[in-house]
Amino acid sequence: MTNRIKIKSKDINLFYRDFQALYNINMDVEENRVTALIGPSGCGKSTFLRILNRLNELIEGTRIDGQVFMDDYAIYDKEINVVDLRKKVGMVFQKPSVFPMSIYENVAYGPKIHGIKDRRRLDEIVEKSLKAANLWQEVSDRLNSSAARLSGGQQQRLVIARVLAVEPQVILMDEPASALDPISTSKLEDLIAELKNNYTIVIVTHNMQQAARVSDYTGFFLNGKLVEFNRTDELFVNPRDKRTEDYITGRFG
Amino acid sequence: MLQTKLKEKMITVLFWLSALIIVGILIAVIGYIFVKGLAHVNLDFILEAPKRAGKEGGISTTIIGTLYLTAVSLFIAVPLGVATAIYLEEYARQKSRFAFIVNLTAETLAGIPSIIYGLFGFVFFVIFMNMGWSIISGGLTLAIMILPTITRTSQEAILSVPGEYRENSLALGASKWQTISKIIIPAAVPGILTGVILSIGRAIGETAAIILTAGSSLGMPLSLADPARTMSVHLYILAMEGLSMERAFGTAVLIVVLVIIINYLANLSLRRLSHSR
Amino acid sequence: MIENYVEDSKMMGRIFDGKESKKGAKNIRFNAEYMIEKLLMLCAGISILAIVLIALFILVRGVPLIAKTGLNDFLFNLKWDPTRGSFGIGTMFIGSLVVTLASMLWSVPLGLLTAVFMAEIAPPSVGNFMARMVELLAGIPSVVYGFFGLVVIVPLIREYLGGNGMSVLAGALILGIMILPTLINISRDAIIAVPREYKEGSLALGATHYQTIRRVIMPAARSGIITAIVLGMGRAIGETMAVVMVTGNSTIIPDGPLTPVRTMTSNIVLEMGYAAGDHQAALFATGTVLFIFIVVLNLIVNISAKAGSQNAAN
Repeated sequence: MTNRIKIKSKDINLFYRDFQALYNINMDVEENRVTALIGPSGCGKSTFLRILNRLNELIEGTRIDGQVFMDDYAIYDKEINVVDLRKKVGMVFQKPSVFPMSIYENVAYGPKIHGIKDRRRLDEIVEKSLKAANLWQEVSDRLNSSAARLSGGQQQRLVIARVLAVEPQVILMDEPASALDPISTSKLEDLIAELKNNYTIVIVTHNMQQAARVSDYTGFFLNGKLVEFNRTDELFVNPRDKRTEDYITGRFG
Repeated sequence: MLQTKLKEKMITVLFWLSALIIVGILIAVIGYIFVKGLAHVNLDFILEAPKRAGKEGGISTTIIGTLYLTAVSLFIAVPLGVATAIYLEEYARQKSRFAFIVNLTAETLAGIPSIIYGLFGFVFFVIFMNMGWSIISGGLTLAIMILPTITRTSQEAILSVPGEYRENSLALGASKWQTISKIIIPAAVPGILTGVILSIGRAIGETAAIILTAGSSLGMPLSLADPARTMSVHLYILAMEGLSMERAFGTAVLIVVLVIIINYLANLSLRRLSHSR
Repeated sequence: MIENYVEDSKMMGRIFDGKESKKGAKNIRFNAEYMIEKLLMLCAGISILAIVLIALFILVRGVPLIAKTGLNDFLFNLKWDPTRGSFGIGTMFIGSLVVTLASMLWSVPLGLLTAVFMAEIAPPSVGNFMARMVELLAGIPSVVYGFFGLVVIVPLIREYLGGNGMSVLAGALILGIMILPTLINISRDAIIAVPREYKEGSLALGATHYQTIRRVIMPAARSGIITAIVLGMGRAIGETMAVVMVTGNSTIIPDGPLTPVRTMTSNIVLEMGYAAGDHQAALFATGTVLFIFIVVLNLIVNISAKAGSQNAAN
């Protein structure tokens, strides 16, 4: 069964000064699905992820051609407010980076930024987000202690709770498990499986097993090009492209 | 072979000796002032106003003058310096000409001797702006003098805030200024504080520029327009005019104590900074 | 709990329902951000404004007098008799140079030895202790050093070496102490910045630690050490309060370490209180000479340091 298309990337090219990092990327991301982006380091998968919330704009000398549509809105249109876009498209980074404040303040940061001042409403959002990120049980008794004291896995789930608190529709994850131990990683993968009921998730990962476990669709990137994009079960079992096959069978140099 | 060994030994001794001389100088200066001056410091000395041009009485008005001037200069220089640092580190393009010039200016300002600041403060604030010898003239002059220190330490503090904080905050939909004001500045406060503490030290010790801009009146400064004398200026006048050596020693003791406290606090906040990371 | 979320997301509807992206709201936020950036830029511009004003106001007051007397005459004429219209700062120009050079004669070797000691030889705990001592040395105000010179060094010189004690020697001793922190800190940083591989390479070749310091580390840290010396010199020339309290301030050319001397900075602080008219202008002219000298010194050091670091980065 195919879902509605949530994100549509059309002929995306990205240049960093004279260097072209992405070539004509076309991809349809379905709603309430997990889409994994795999490929060797420097292949452009993380760069493409950052196209989706316009985070690439922070780097001087970046130029982007093409268009990305989200629910038929062109996100590179001049009329689009980047702040609104990023509210709707949350992002979880490689290294869990909690802000130097309490657990509560970390989660409440986004809603406060977006104008919610009512304490009761904030309390609700914090609780709901922490529960949705499977962290509530572990931290509910010490919401006001420093977030820096949490373990790496807890920090990553806190970061996810912080993203959920802004009530996004899409969540981008950039190798979210690469800094985690195996147990934390499996907790995170369970969480991803739960979250996809309500969110559209795009995840970049180095780990092919992880991509196979958590995702519904997988895109294989190589040298800035999207070599193959298909249902995960198809791509891993019957790769159409020789290069994809070489990569997933580990024959890549 | 034996000769080389002997030579190396002698060089080692020379190195330790030079370090010993540095410590010796410090102990001599601080120790002498304490030994000769501590007897003259008591509560009356701190709380009483000077009488007969400082020959008698305490030094209360000069303590107030010092605090007043320091506060005014910080009030002006801290916001300016922090704002400059934010602009340079968060907004200006790395290789922009403007940023280059501002950085160069800050370094040049830091190298200008205080007597030149004094001359400038005198001709600009005291005369041209018609502020007279006053707390405000002295405070503004002092503010320009400490601006480079505050800017530099704030820049370093902002630079040391992890880049991921910015990315994470922006990805949550925060604007640039929200990210700076809610995440970056709070994280940089300990570093900024170190700069502020160092600046207080500079303000307390400054003499040449203050004489020319705040005057040397011994009265109690009440408003910003009043002239004032700081402890450092007081020490200079007492010693040079031979008014009262006991009071000069007492004033010197208080200045040195303040310097030691400030030095300690600056170290403390620096160490906190490196520990929290 | 997840169920709650489903409802919430459904209620939120699609991205960009148009409510938040209304042009008006967007522009207000955009403008506030834009204004903050401009405001910060304005603050950053204030230090430029400050240095321009400083240059302007000191030069405007000082240059006309230099033009009237002629630069040569102003700098090298030995007769300073401002109340009779004779404005030659020759004695003070020489005085500043003599006291500065004499102070560096002893503080540069001592400072460099200490810097090497802290960076290369001392155990970490001793190195840290020394760093704090040097910080404290730097924190003591110049007026306190001047006072110490006045009550300790001047009487000692008077007693054991003769003269009245207020002298080039007293000034050189006190000034030397005051520039030690600048010398030590900057050259120590330069020594620490020498790549470890240099040192290890030299040691691996069988050189002793001291041979390595002398033949590898010091040459590699040379530009930083020169910077330290130049900036130390700048500090010494600009120093005022400590010098004025111990050098006696006579406007004569010093003929030995025990004769009194007046520096350019002392001249300003001593006479500014009562000077008027051309006399005051002459003091600003003295300041002009000092200002230009020190700014040029700093610019050379800063620009060459920046060029150096840019070369290293490329």
